[in-house]
Amino acid sequence: MDDVMIKINKATYEYKSLIDDSIQQAVKNVDIEVKKGEFLVILGHNGSGKSTLAKLMNGLLLPARGDIDVMGMNTRDDEQIWNIREKTGMVFQNPDNQIVATIVEEDVAFGPENLGVPQEEIRKRVDEALELVEMTDYKTHAPHLLSGGQKQRVAIAGILAMRPDCIIFDEPTSMLDPSGRIEVMNTIKKLNKDDEKTIVLITHYMDEAVEGDRVLVMEDGEIVMEGTPREVFSQVEKVKSYGLDVPQVTELAYELRKAGLDIREDILSIEELVELL
Amino acid sequence: MIMKISDLKYIYNPNTPFEKKALDNINVEIDRGEFIGLIGHTGSGKSTLVQHLNRLMKPTSGTILIDGIDINEKETDLKSIRQKVGLVFQYPEHQLFEETIYKDIAFGPKNLDLSEEEIEERVRDSMELVGLDYDTLKDRSPFELSGGQKRRVAIAGVVAMKPDILILDEPTAGLDPRGRDEILGEIQDLYKKNDITIILVSHSMEDIARLVDRILVMHKGKISMDDTTVEVFKRVDELKNMGLGVPQITEFMRAFHKKGNKVKETVLTVEEGRDEILKYLRSKSDA
Repeated sequence: MDDVMIKINKATYEYKSLIDDSIQQAVKNVDIEVKKGEFLVILGHNGSGKSTLAKLMNGLLLPARGDIDVMGMNTRDDEQIWNIREKTGMVFQNPDNQIVATIVEEDVAFGPENLGVPQEEIRKRVDEALELVEMTDYKTHAPHLLSGGQKQRVAIAGILAMRPDCIIFDEPTSMLDPSGRIEVMNTIKKLNKDDEKTIVLITHYMDEAVEGDRVLVMEDGEIVMEGTPREVFSQVEKVKSYGLDVPQVTELAYELRKAGLDIREDILSIEELVELL
Repeated sequence: MIMKISDLKYIYNPNTPFEKKALDNINVEIDRGEFIGLIGHTGSGKSTLVQHLNRLMKPTSGTILIDGIDINEKETDLKSIRQKVGLVFQYPEHQLFEETIYKDIAFGPKNLDLSEEEIEERVRDSMELVGLDYDTLKDRSPFELSGGQKRRVAIAGVVAMKPDILILDEPTAGLDPRGRDEILGEIQDLYKKNDITIILVSHSMEDIARLVDRILVMHKGKISMDDTTVEVFKRVDELKNMGLGVPQITEFMRAFHKKGNKVKETVLTVEEGRDEILKYLRSKSDA
């Protein structure tokens, strides 16, 4: 039990439809455990329930039925909700909506200030967080003049300054250009590998998903596939049937197999396929 | 030639310490019926360029001719320029404002002094083109729709103006793979069925590789490459230095070629790569 970061136990989330007032289920009876130190990726098309699931994980939403425990604390417990949010930070899609201050370091200090952290300690945390996301050189800059990737890294630093054990990323790169995407992905990987942060990453980019330890595919509020990236992406047709992509080399390997070539189906990288052919 | 951009410059905050050349001597000619991709790092000047093309911004110097007409001349009718050059912004769904989908799409055409019948026909046609059912959706509020559908309404609003040149700025940003494929399919359809010139601004090299014939690469306010899609994607290292990339399949074929396999060095799609490899392996086993 000690190695579980987040435990989702038969959770169902319901909301009222704006169109006809009917009750809809965005997440249906989902059971998962996120292990400490794990890099978990959640895939699924828009409306499949993945963002709702993410918001259930740190108590931004509460389930209609079932329970979510974060390091043993139930998200329904009002007494614990701030501890839960401190342990599980969340980074969203649009960096512009997550920045509150006019100077980078003040923005990063916003979270710990609200936690009542003493002044010297805040200074220390802000410096460390900016160092981790490699934005120290910009600490006195105005955030609105930064690139998208830089802004997103500042937003991540703001979360890190709260010293979370787990960070949930909800499509953090979908508004960034290719180099911004690489910057943010490198930061996420580093936080997981070097800092042992538990990572939950929601994305539409399959090249990001292959970096995870484990992939979940959601469809219509349920988890329909689960496994390592290799196990999931080797099922090309199934993945596509859920409206998702596979990496282009995986698809090429699949196409070559279909054309009669004797080739493994669980290819994930360019190097692997070059070696095989 | 439908568009000719000559010596176009745009300088932000001229004669101040904050002076910045956003567009630095741009020269481009575009023929009627071309499908062009415009790529570049954030801040490279793409959006600034695009906003010049229908006079949302006026250049510091240089000219833009559309159908031979200088769009920045005083006498030029702005309305006709905006009708000819349709611009779909990033996240265009944020610009929806009407009570019904019909009214939202009809807003532009109404300002063109068309008859009611003509407007209705245009709304119907453009909804069909972007895959929205006219009869079931026309009286619904656009705000009830999903993100991808809202975006289609916004695109339909521009298509209903029947522009000669359609510019789309990141039309698939934030969509999931299925939504992306649908919108790209609709854009391709629109291109095939109409006598239209399209400029697609995108960060997705896969989308660019699949759709366009010619690529303009912007870097630091200049056009640093202007060539066919294949030729541009051959210059992988230069692109990477500019913070851009090539599709994974293109990179794979390059690596495979480099290892001494006699295949085409540059392919753009998975299908093309598959055919090329099968051809090569068969020729090897025959020999």
